[in-house]
Amino acid sequence: MRKNYNLEKRKYIIGGFVVLIALIYLVRLFDLQLADEKYKRSADSNAFLKKTVYPSRGLIYDRNGELVVFNQPAYDVMLIPRDVQPFDTLDFCATLNITREQLDKRFVDMKDKRMNPGYSSYTPQRLIAQLSAQDYGRLQEKLYRFPGFFIQKRILRQYNHPTAANVLGNIREVSQADIDRDDYYAPGDYTGDLGIEKSYEAYLRGVKGTEILIRDARGRIQGRYEDGAHDVEPISGRDIRLSLDIKLQQYAESLMVGKRGAVVAIEPETGEVLCMVSMPNYDPTLLVGRERGKNYRKLVQDETWPLFDRALMGTYPPGSTFKPTQGLIFLQEGIIDLHTTYPCSHGYISGGLRVGCHGHASPLPLKPALQTSCNAFFCWGFKAMIDRRSKYGSSAKAFEIWKNHLVSMGYGYKLGIDLPSESRGFIPNAKFYDKFYSEGHWSANTIISVAIGQGEILATPLQITNLGATIANRGHFITPHVVKAIQDTVMPSEILEVRRPTIDAHHYDDVAEGMRMAVTGGTCRRAAIPGIEVCGKTGTAQNPHGKDHSAFMGFAPYHEPKIAVAVYVENGGWGATYGVPIGSLVMEKYLTGTIAPERKYMEEQMLKSSIFYAPAKKK
Amino acid sequence: MFRNLDWPTVIIYLIMVLAGMVSIYAASYDFDNASMFAATEFSGKQLRWIGLSLALGLVILLIDSRMYETYAYPIYIAVLILLAVTPFLAHDIKGSRSWITFGSMSLQPAEFAKFATALALAKLFSSYHFDLNAKIGNYVKAVGIIVVPIVLILLQNETGSALTFMALFFVLYREGMSGLVLFAALFAVVIFVVAIKYTETMILGIPTGEFIVFLMIMLVMTAMGMMYSRRYEIARNLFIGFAVAGLTEYGLDLAGITPPTLAINLGIIGVACIYVVVEAIRCRRPKLYVAAATAVLSVAFLFSVNMAFDKLQPHQKLRIQVALGIVEDLRNAGYNVNQSKIAIGSGGFFGKGFLNGTQTKLKYVPEQHTDFIFCTIGEEEGFVGAMIVTLLFLALILRVLAIGERQPTTFGRVYAYCVASYFIFHFCINIGMVIGLCPVIGIPLPFFSYGGSSLWGFTILLFILLKLDASRKNVLSY
Repeated sequence: MRKNYNLEKRKYIIGGFVVLIALIYLVRLFDLQLADEKYKRSADSNAFLKKTVYPSRGLIYDRNGELVVFNQPAYDVMLIPRDVQPFDTLDFCATLNITREQLDKRFVDMKDKRMNPGYSSYTPQRLIAQLSAQDYGRLQEKLYRFPGFFIQKRILRQYNHPTAANVLGNIREVSQADIDRDDYYAPGDYTGDLGIEKSYEAYLRGVKGTEILIRDARGRIQGRYEDGAHDVEPISGRDIRLSLDIKLQQYAESLMVGKRGAVVAIEPETGEVLCMVSMPNYDPTLLVGRERGKNYRKLVQDETWPLFDRALMGTYPPGSTFKPTQGLIFLQEGIIDLHTTYPCSHGYISGGLRVGCHGHASPLPLKPALQTSCNAFFCWGFKAMIDRRSKYGSSAKAFEIWKNHLVSMGYGYKLGIDLPSESRGFIPNAKFYDKFYSEGHWSANTIISVAIGQGEILATPLQITNLGATIANRGHFITPHVVKAIQDTVMPSEILEVRRPTIDAHHYDDVAEGMRMAVTGGTCRRAAIPGIEVCGKTGTAQNPHGKDHSAFMGFAPYHEPKIAVAVYVENGGWGATYGVPIGSLVMEKYLTGTIAPERKYMEEQMLKSSIFYAPAKKK
Repeated sequence: MFRNLDWPTVIIYLIMVLAGMVSIYAASYDFDNASMFAATEFSGKQLRWIGLSLALGLVILLIDSRMYETYAYPIYIAVLILLAVTPFLAHDIKGSRSWITFGSMSLQPAEFAKFATALALAKLFSSYHFDLNAKIGNYVKAVGIIVVPIVLILLQNETGSALTFMALFFVLYREGMSGLVLFAALFAVVIFVVAIKYTETMILGIPTGEFIVFLMIMLVMTAMGMMYSRRYEIARNLFIGFAVAGLTEYGLDLAGITPPTLAINLGIIGVACIYVVVEAIRCRRPKLYVAAATAVLSVAFLFSVNMAFDKLQPHQKLRIQVALGIVEDLRNAGYNVNQSKIAIGSGGFFGKGFLNGTQTKLKYVPEQHTDFIFCTIGEEEGFVGAMIVTLLFLALILRVLAIGERQPTTFGRVYAYCVASYFIFHFCINIGMVIGLCPVIGIPLPFFSYGGSSLWGFTILLFILLKLDASRKNVLSY
């Protein structure tokens, strides 16, 4: 045959063409399979449905091992929008007992970027929150009919005792801010809000786990990936044991019914808070479940401020409960000794100034002054200190020293309790008055009311209780805290660190004796408990908001004290009216477990009495 | 007889069909799965088809090789008749009427048209003193043999299968058709893609795509001017003319005046055409007319592409746009390709391991045991597996071309080129679409994709070639 060599060369062109194509394809394969990780990720997000498994949140017990807070399951209906196939909406609505309109509204809300900024059709979105167990059961059976939908189990809180909401706090869904702050959180997670649920969130929440499920192209779950070999088990949150005695807490709350204010009790030896009541209180179960938002709004709008923890955040003039601090400072500074007497002519009269007092012996030294709560004694003492230029150079310098002693006792700054949003109270410094009266233009008499816990002085009930604990310990205190122990965790040693005010310990003996005398034969006689040596100090705090506040600060027993307590009842009048009975009843209940028969009438009185508070003026 | 058999081809063939069966098993593997060889599985069924194919291959090898040449036309005619009646016998499967059912088996006659057409074309070229370029009638005959099955298969709504016959133009090229035809086809495709793909941005006042096409036309004209005249001055003059035009446009643009780019380009190309024609007459180089004609036709094509594209149905437009990567449409037209890219891309270097591919197992890739079988290989066997399959095809095609070139007869050579052309087309289009480089045209990957018809069709095609090759020594060379 004739061969056309010119044409035969064309085999190279055809062959070359094929080689070229094969090369292009190999480069493309290289690019797809080795150079670009994008496809690998897409494949994983295609085939793997990473389901978060929520850990059980740590349980909360009281100091005696009584279970206070535990978990209940709730079920969210989730869906991945791009996996959802057309489904029988009638059936779906009937299963969940909702109307078609409600369902449509939920879909609209879910896709609304303003209400749900994390919306993406590729990630799990929540359609309906917290199904009831019955709805959950019905839906679970039919779930296979609704590809793209799944059920996410979540943990909600439940309370054995509807009490101590201010200490316990609650849990809420995370906000965008939480997610930005802490990458542990994903939309729809829960986090602690208020109380120890917030301050111990890191311990309570545990660690989320993941379950990797295999999902086919129609969004149907085909099982677990490699039988769960790559799943991550959730780690349960740690249980917490409170220092609170929940029975005492409930008892104190019941005594405070109908009043506003706070009761705080501390075990002086350890700084453990035994009860911490803020009134008016609220039922913590209100903040659980689907009604949480509505109830929360109600609480926020409530003009009695139930969410405001008066024990920690309420700053009040401490009134006469402040006097022991003054005695301690004067003794420490050598302004007085135990024999120094000051006159009281129904009050303190100096330079045209008069601070009233009531009838008692005059002149008198420190202990009787504490016993009778003599205003004049402490005003004179204050004047003697602040105006002693020979020792301090100026009133301002003297005042700074005075203030520093108070700060060392825990006033004016946050004590550092393990709860969020503690308030620091207020102890002015010299600069404050320099600014107010201009430098050098003030002296003891200008600011004399601070000597009796009035004027600019503000303290939280916790700080007042802490003073009681410090005196009980005769000169030291331990930062108050509400958590006694955390499961599998060694409590930080700082929590038991002893803090010593700048006052010599032996001076506290004298102040304690004065407070003992107040109970045996002074202003606190109603605090006497049969068989227990109680020490106490009343307080009747004038305030610009109406009737005087009734306060009490005390501890018992006199020797080896087991409990220090402070009571603050807004507009309760005399300290002896509410403060003393409530404080002593709390101590009695804690120490003896019961109330002596002869004091039952007082308990009755407290349980039943209530104070009328004028409705708050609209601001 | 087996002594003369081309064993490399046979071995490649065996590797491919067995690897295909394993891949089919992997592709259709479900989590609660039966054995690879179970008759209920695609892989089990494929094994049956493979067994029958080997038997068929053996029969083909036993038949006297001269029979194929002798009965080429009758076979061709018989298959054409079968193709013609198929739409009337076939049931409608996804809009296509191409499957004829015999009991539990169904066959697709279009797959058997491949070897029949190849035989007919080989027969035509081997007829006495046949020269493709001798007269226009020969072109009509050759193209006719190719086009008749295309039309019949199009009537069955099997566009993909029909297009495979276009590959036979490679054969015409090898047998003397001017390369210009292939070049024109290629150039047309390039113009089409570029003009449609780059319409978003503008250069010097016209769409980028259009601008690039003008540049290419000028380049091709200059190159042709050089090639066909063998005179360097013509190319130089053309280049200077185009450069002046381009610089003018650029200068105007720099001066802040919007240049009339379209008018200038059309003008300079027009002037260049006249110049080339004048030179063709002056130097007696009639081939130079081609340069002018190419330019004129290209410009005409460019404008008709733009106009035609606007007239297309929206879904057709979308398909083209998705294929060219202009529009990302991951739910509909682009879903298959995107999922297929994900599956392959997630395979990495060594792949996820046999039966461990998540994308194919979970049915993210449609048609994975048929047209998209390459996906399963890419995912489970990784770059290594995909590369081996690619190289196997390259080896097969080059081997078939080599076999063709060593044939003493025109019949053998043309037949071999037909076989190679089919493989080239299937290889390019199938793998190209799976890795997202070609538009999706539903044709199988030879020997890998599930399906008896395709396996039989390709087996017959290849074994006839093996038989012709094995008995080439017995043929007198004349």
